[in-house]
Amino acid sequence: MSNKIKVATTSLAGCFGCHMSFLDIDERLLTLAEVAEFDRSPITDIEHCGPCDIGLIEGGVCNSENVHVLREFRKNCKILVAVGACAINGGLPAMRNHIDLEDCLLEAYRDGIGVENPQIPSDPELPLLLNQVHPIHEIVKIDYFLPGCPPSADVFWTFLTALVEGREPSLPYELVHYD
Amino acid sequence: MTGTITINGQIVPFQAGQTIIEAATAAGIYIPHLCHKPGYTPHGSCKLCTVNVNGRNCSACTFPAVDGQTVINNSAELQQDRRRITQMLFVEGNHLCPSCEKTGNCQLQGVAYYLNMTDNHFPHFFAHREMDASHPDILIDHNRCIFCNLCVRASKEKDGKNVFAIAGRGINKRLVVNSVSGLLKDSDVSIDDSAVHVCPTGALLIKRTGYQVPIGQRIYDHRQISEVALFAEGSHEQ
Repeated sequence: MSNKIKVATTSLAGCFGCHMSFLDIDERLLTLAEVAEFDRSPITDIEHCGPCDIGLIEGGVCNSENVHVLREFRKNCKILVAVGACAINGGLPAMRNHIDLEDCLLEAYRDGIGVENPQIPSDPELPLLLNQVHPIHEIVKIDYFLPGCPPSADVFWTFLTALVEGREPSLPYELVHYD
Repeated sequence: MTGTITINGQIVPFQAGQTIIEAATAAGIYIPHLCHKPGYTPHGSCKLCTVNVNGRNCSACTFPAVDGQTVINNSAELQQDRRRITQMLFVEGNHLCPSCEKTGNCQLQGVAYYLNMTDNHFPHFFAHREMDASHPDILIDHNRCIFCNLCVRASKEKDGKNVFAIAGRGINKRLVVNSVSGLLKDSDVSIDDSAVHVCPTGALLIKRTGYQVPIGQRIYDHRQISEVALFAEGSHEQ
């Protein structure tokens, strides 16, 4: 049995920019791979999160599937981390929060410029949209927050190396940004 | 009357009429604040400058320095209170920093960085607030207003105009503009007014000036607000 720490990641209502920034730790990924292995993540294509040490959540909660995935991560991850502006405060997706949901759908799928074959998608396979986009701490308990849009690669590196080495993570001033 | 007070155990002299925050600034001690600005009538609304004076919490920007006072500014409890206050300011409005051209130069953000605030803690209000882009040179984004009253005070005390006011109470509180239509374009505001340059957040912006300095090279990207404020406000008082 591997004694590596297990890391899971997912993107809810986000743009995957935080994942891209995570990959920007570049060759340090090899060092990380010596002590960590990935469970559910875009790299592994595993559908469900299993028991993990660390769960990194990018994006806010905009639909029913996001709620489901987030709760699954909370159930399986010892440490759950909100990564980036969208996970922390809803971010840019939350800019729709003061617009009525019906108006949003009509503008996007029926009335918007350039829309062809206008119709509101209603397939049962599609997750239902919530009225508003929510930060993830409003749904489940979060242990750590990595601010930024996205957090820089050094934020990921500083945070993860502290956890792996059993230290309490702490970000120096230069690494704390909300943009 | 002059005398001395102690702040965090340090003896600090004060001049007659000085508040605690003025005495602290002159001595090079930073007390976090947003609605306070040297040269402006104290407002005492943001409560970030809450300090403990002789065992009792009060606003350092409105509380006069009195000989012999013992002031605590740096306790873990006060820092936690200030962090919670800042988090409340963030959830009450819609402060989406990546979409704001003031980011990096924003005092609300600078204070939050200083307090090591990494999350907003409380459920968000996601209040519905409008923008006023009617004026050719000036923009109001009400989503970012923290009701510090600085633009109100600046317009009245510096510009002699009374362009701005705060109307309503509690969650219905809002910044209003003194014009028949309620729009900025119909007021007598000018791009040269102090009122439109004093905003500590991105609520009042001058058009066509955003992004002249790239994100990452702005004021609070590299310098703590404590250092910036002491330099600017200390020199102002001299």
